[in-house]
Amino acid sequence: MLQTLRKIGSIGLVSEPAPAPDELLRVRRALDARIATLLGRALCIRHVDAGSCNGCELEIQALSNPYYNLEGCNLRFVASPRHADLLLVTGPVVKNMAAALQRVYAATPDPKLVVALGDCGCTGGVLGQCPAVLGPVSSVIAVDVAVPGCPPSPVRILQGILTAIAG
Amino acid sequence: MPLRRWWERAQSVPGAPHARGLAVSVDEWRQVAQDTAAAGGVLLSLWIAREPGAQAAVYAAYLTDRGVLLAELVLAGAEEATYPGLETIFPAASRLQRAACDLCGVRASDPDQRPWLNHAAPYEFVRVDGEGVHEIAVGPVHAGTIEPGHFRFSVVGEKVLRLEQRFGYAHKGIEQRFTELPILHGHQLATRVSGDSAVAFAWAYCQALEGMSAVAVPPRALWLRAVCLELERLANHLGDLGALGNDAGFAFGLAQFSRLKENLLRAVSGAFGRRYLFDVIVPGGLAVDLALDVAGSLADTVRAVCAETRELRDIYDAHEGVRDRFRGTGRLTAELAARLGVLGLAARASGQAHDLRVDLPCPPYTELSVAPAVQQGGDVAARVAVRFDEVRESGRLLAHLLSALPDGAYAVDMTAPAEAAFGVGLIEGWRGPVFVALQAGPDGSIRRCRLHDPSWQNWPALEYAILDNIVPDFPLINKSFNLAYSGVDL
Repeated sequence: MLQTLRKIGSIGLVSEPAPAPDELLRVRRALDARIATLLGRALCIRHVDAGSCNGCELEIQALSNPYYNLEGCNLRFVASPRHADLLLVTGPVVKNMAAALQRVYAATPDPKLVVALGDCGCTGGVLGQCPAVLGPVSSVIAVDVAVPGCPPSPVRILQGILTAIAG
Repeated sequence: MPLRRWWERAQSVPGAPHARGLAVSVDEWRQVAQDTAAAGGVLLSLWIAREPGAQAAVYAAYLTDRGVLLAELVLAGAEEATYPGLETIFPAASRLQRAACDLCGVRASDPDQRPWLNHAAPYEFVRVDGEGVHEIAVGPVHAGTIEPGHFRFSVVGEKVLRLEQRFGYAHKGIEQRFTELPILHGHQLATRVSGDSAVAFAWAYCQALEGMSAVAVPPRALWLRAVCLELERLANHLGDLGALGNDAGFAFGLAQFSRLKENLLRAVSGAFGRRYLFDVIVPGGLAVDLALDVAGSLADTVRAVCAETRELRDIYDAHEGVRDRFRGTGRLTAELAARLGVLGLAARASGQAHDLRVDLPCPPYTELSVAPAVQQGGDVAARVAVRFDEVRESGRLLAHLLSALPDGAYAVDMTAPAEAAFGVGLIEGWRGPVFVALQAGPDGSIRRCRLHDPSWQNWPALEYAILDNIVPDFPLINKSFNLAYSGVDL
């Protein structure tokens, strides 16, 4: 126990300031800016892997490490789409995940936001031409913000989420 | 017939000193499998190649003490409809055969004829009957940030009576896509088979291609590839050690290990220009070189991360609650691991002392004398201990590799093979053996590319490891294996 407390004390705070939103990532603005700002005061995020290689998942997980202070940005990942305000969708959408993605989208209460993540989520990427791939996220559900990268860094992912809720 | 006789009959594969291949008749097909099992070998992979207008052929790759033995059975006449399945000899064959059937329409004799990758067809789970038995269905979308898959638990109270997995949700048709790509570009797709094993798959692909082309990859490139592979192992193990602490209710572990992983990824980014080593390994060598001062600072970070990991290991070991959750949980006995042909990290935690870096090393591992991490317990604690040991060993290897990088070129020019050729790649990724069998067509085309992740063998073992445990321990047990979804769905 003492060793644990000593370790916590010796490391101290490593959190870094959040990045500014980047309007270049925005695909559309469907929500009234006031609603988006309100959501941004306590935004719940549900991640959906629609067929990715798991590279994007690694960077989403990294977003929860102490450097990025996610909850300090009023953001939090939730276990069910029914609790979510924003869907963070990775991968090209594959045939075997299309129905699940549509059901998750339908289960997410309005008003909701969608961030497509990674080159595959944005355009299909390297995996986009595979025969069992339907296409980018926007080919199945409406996308508000698209964050390219293979995989995008945690800072870029955070920037994309903050852009979605920027008033 | 002992395995030795098949090995002697087989022909060598150009550029793959550890691999041999032979054509077998339908009567010999199962005999090779039986003789391999009798000699302590395991099934590495099974796949079917079927080109329009040509006869289909089914392939089995076996991992034996001598090396990789490839058996080819050309399907003609009656076998075109059904070939003899290997599932009674190697249980892992069952899903491989079902997946191959969905892709090529050729069936094995396995009584389990349910589809695997084809989700349009109806699917029946095995039902458990009895008083108080009920089912819990989980997925394909999970509560955490993980890949898609479905788990069907049959439980009584909290106790798990049966787990049945259903995968294929992330199926993209990657192997078919390979046949449309120029062979010199295939490494980009191989990198993205399973992002957490990008280095292992890219290296295995390049190894197969370079072997068939008789290209001598410069020593500096090989050393740098080993640097990349050990960094990948380190990053994944750090992530898992944190998540395992968290799943045992010790959030401190996640906070500390995720911080260490981030420190490592930032150093990797400083060295290679990317946090994850996508597209760094290319045919002929590497896409980027490592400057001397950068190698030094990368080595410093690795040393610091490994030193803190030693400290955290003491904290994990001393923590009563963590010990209680790890010990005896999700046990996979050595006998069962051997019977199921489990591979890699999970096998080493169940007393199977196999590591390709030791058993069938490729350069530069031929010069490195890796100490394999082996534990006997087979429980979550053993899989945690293997990871701790492997972090230490990768740290040692990286210190050596980075301090003694050979001078010279980091890549050579590659030209695609002009004629049909065959190559094999075999790399010990962080999960275990990653295998690539590459068939080149004329003019730099790809006829067939098989990519195999050890999760094929290890997923069925998880169905056994969970038995008689309680449902709330599943996330912990599952994480202790941490197997691939995209890597097997392809």
